[in-house]
Amino acid sequence: MDETKKKEQATTHKIGIYLWIWGLLFVLSFFSYMVDWYNFQGMLRWSLILIFMFLKAGLIMAFFMHLFWERYALVNVLLWPMTAIACFIFLMVAEFEYTVFTRIFYFVTGG
Amino acid sequence: MSDPKIEGYVFKPGFSGMAKDTGSDQTMFKGVHWGKAMMWIFLLSDTFIFSCFLISYMKGRGSTLVDWPYPSEVFGLHVFGVDVPLLLIAIMTFVLITSSGTMALAVKYGYEKNRKMCGWLILATAIGGLTFVGMQAFEWSKLIHEGVRPWENPFGAPQFGSFFFMITGFHGTHVSIGVIFLFIYAYKTFAGHYDERKRGWFTTMKGDYVEIEILGLYWHFVDLVWVFIFAFFYLW
Repeated sequence: MDETKKKEQATTHKIGIYLWIWGLLFVLSFFSYMVDWYNFQGMLRWSLILIFMFLKAGLIMAFFMHLFWERYALVNVLLWPMTAIACFIFLMVAEFEYTVFTRIFYFVTGG
Repeated sequence: MSDPKIEGYVFKPGFSGMAKDTGSDQTMFKGVHWGKAMMWIFLLSDTFIFSCFLISYMKGRGSTLVDWPYPSEVFGLHVFGVDVPLLLIAIMTFVLITSSGTMALAVKYGYEKNRKMCGWLILATAIGGLTFVGMQAFEWSKLIHEGVRPWENPFGAPQFGSFFFMITGFHGTHVSIGVIFLFIYAYKTFAGHYDERKRGWFTTMKGDYVEIEILGLYWHFVDLVWVFIFAFFYLW
């Protein structure tokens, strides 16, 4: 029982860290809303959206879902499959570019 | 957080711990509650489902020659005589982040065996989730009223509707299921099932505050998915 207690105490963290992350998430969400508010366009818009998105996702996963304190085996089991998703995204980007190309091509030449 | 069945097991941090973990006999993740490991595996599979939705959305939006509806205007609200872009979506985002924060604190107070605080925070999370679902219902009915259908809409490319209803609908279903479980767990916390180690309804597993953390993982995941939907569907 003593050992159980010790382990459980090790998993709780000071309240400050949660409040900090919470505040940061608010600020980042506000920033990403501002991207739309000020109507940024082009590369600036996309890069800002992606930066804020990945920062928010990272903060939620690392601190709210405790991955920062979690054992590496679990972290790796969770994060390596994401490379498969990245591959899938690249494949589908190639696919939609080809679809657009064929559509434009056949609409122009009439088949 | 502890599995009493494994005696004499010492967890090593870092990469040596990882090697020991993945190469261990009988079970991986020794000392991790099985429910927590299974929740992570479930969330991983759910990640793939949501990725498939978002990737098909990317492909659909990228390959159409018709202009995509401008989300900033489609989801804008007319308040006090001013057009505010994405107002409802911004409020929904803040509500979901708030509920995620209260959930994180509920997990913390749960491990500290602070029953009342944990229960109230879970209840606050549930109410936040309910607010979110309510606003989503409002958003859906508004768009349906404006003539958005899975096969057509008055704003642009007809694929918009099917992706919108599919992606936000699937996410909203997750939130709704989460809200139901949050209310159940709030009741179980207040009733003291985790302090008395009372067993659950469909299991012989004894109640433990680790269940709050498992529920928290699910709830944070719902918030995490919303981060991606917000970026790709509403802002892009």
